[in-house]
Amino acid sequence: MDKEQYKQYVKDTAPRSPEVRTLLPAFFVGGLICAIGQAISDLLSLWLKDFEKDQIAALTSAILIFLGALLTGLGVYDKIGKFAGGGSIVPITGFANSIVSPAMEYNREGIFFGVCAKMFTIAGPIIVIGIAVSVLVGIIGMFL
Amino acid sequence: MEILLTYLKVFAGGGIICTIGQILINKTKMTSARILVIFLLSGVVLELFGAFRYLESFFKAGVTVPIMGFGSSLAKGALKGAKEAGITGALGGGMEAVSVGLSCAIFFGFVFSLIFKSKTKQ
Amino acid sequence: MNKRKRTFELKTKPKILSGYTVVGPKEGDGALGEYFDKVLTDDLFGEKTYELAESKMQQEAVKGALKRSGISKEEIDLTVSGDLLNQIYASCFAARELETAFLGLYGACSTFGESLIVASLLINTGMIEKCCCSTSSHFSSAERQYRYPLELGNQRPPTSQWTVTGAGASILSADGDGVSIDKVTIGRVIDFGIDDVNNMGAAMAPAAADTISAFFGESGEKPEDFDMIVTGDLGRYGGELLLKLLYEKNINISKVYHDCGAMIYKPEQQTYQGGSGAGCCNVVFNAFIANKMLKKELKKVLLVPTGALLSKDSPLQGQTIPGIAHAISFRAPE
Repeated sequence: MDKEQYKQYVKDTAPRSPEVRTLLPAFFVGGLICAIGQAISDLLSLWLKDFEKDQIAALTSAILIFLGALLTGLGVYDKIGKFAGGGSIVPITGFANSIVSPAMEYNREGIFFGVCAKMFTIAGPIIVIGIAVSVLVGIIGMFL
Repeated sequence: MEILLTYLKVFAGGGIICTIGQILINKTKMTSARILVIFLLSGVVLELFGAFRYLESFFKAGVTVPIMGFGSSLAKGALKGAKEAGITGALGGGMEAVSVGLSCAIFFGFVFSLIFKSKTKQ
Repeated sequence: MNKRKRTFELKTKPKILSGYTVVGPKEGDGALGEYFDKVLTDDLFGEKTYELAESKMQQEAVKGALKRSGISKEEIDLTVSGDLLNQIYASCFAARELETAFLGLYGACSTFGESLIVASLLINTGMIEKCCCSTSSHFSSAERQYRYPLELGNQRPPTSQWTVTGAGASILSADGDGVSIDKVTIGRVIDFGIDDVNNMGAAMAPAAADTISAFFGESGEKPEDFDMIVTGDLGRYGGELLLKLLYEKNINISKVYHDCGAMIYKPEQQTYQGGSGAGCCNVVFNAFIANKMLKKELKKVLLVPTGALLSKDSPLQGQTIPGIAHAISFRAPE
């Protein structure tokens, strides 16, 4: 086999993720996290009657981020992630996990160069791209 | 009965979005950060073309809890800022809209990293 | 292509006087759990960081091997060791306590083979008499260096391997009793263009095939004379690829072929392709294979430690994964 044939052979024969066994947990865990988010939002609007819709939404995501961060700290979120994959990566709790997990990982290198500097090793692209795009959208919005 | 239907829609919407994420993981070997960026951008695009509102009114938290909601908030905030405050709104509106979430993520990340240590996986 | 010989016969037949292994809890629960000398209950090993824990494991392995061989560290001429971390952190810091001459090596997961080759060639020259070879790897230190934070909720792909938490040491000597090193083949760096960092087995299999065919071509040995031909950490799928690549070169080793990575864990431990890491083939060899040879259950063994020579940055710079494999043939004591 030459290199090209080998690469093709590996591409054809390498073990793949079992589709059904990964898609179902992703669906159920993802759905469940969203349902929890809905419940938090519904309870908040019952409780805080004079809050605006935007405030309720912001508070809901704050609580979800807190929960994601806490479960990461307790060492539970990686186990959920192992089981659910996309189901726990895509929700906002997964975003929290991607910030808290490197921060925790590098706390052994100290607060300054460990926690603070390494906090965004995974979530950095998400924040940078998100904010850069929002500025572009804002500038486009000025001409609409 | 209606509340059950709402939660069913939320569950289905969130489930479908996460399943699409899982399909991307399985097919493309993308890392979790890339998956998050793709969904964030899709939220921005859907918001920009006005489609997110319809999805949100139907699926509710099913589309806002996934990181798409974060993208939509960024775009919505930027558009709103541009309309109401001109250039400063255009520049800062997106960040303003997600500031609560972002601050929480950073704050809790900081606090929990001082309390907890990462553990070996088994 | 360079046609220089890469296989050397060691006239003095350096002996392995003793070996000692220290592994983490998961390896202790694995398929070879009963063979390891020391199984940790906590893989932090009383240290503050996983890197220091790995370093301490290597120290323990060296101490254990010295004790078993009955020689003191003052008699050791040279320590040759390596691991997976940046600047081979674990090995250098373990060597602080040793006070012997020290050479640090990096060959990724093939480092154990590299250290045996360097030590035995030096012993063969007669300039060095007693040499200590040690390597280590640690799941948690390797994970943070090469992959993701431990608490990140991601999924491991089915082609991935699990870095072995383990350290091992062998004491080599010009004379004495023990398993002897007969011939060695030094590997070449081979890159067949695999770019999937989660499929190291596929990246390393061509290098293993190259080295094994060079060994048989240059030494005049035949695969059927060996009781066991064992690669370092190609994993289950990588092993299949190796057999296919060798079969195309008309070398059939399937009857005696094993892989340390595929051997070390039980299937229910969900490591997918098996173990990997600089400690993997070291602990499997020292705890399991060498003991089988001392009991004469295996007479001739070819050990082929394999390594994927990528850095954390090289895949980001668009580079494919180069592999290397060394071969060492052992003989049981007469």
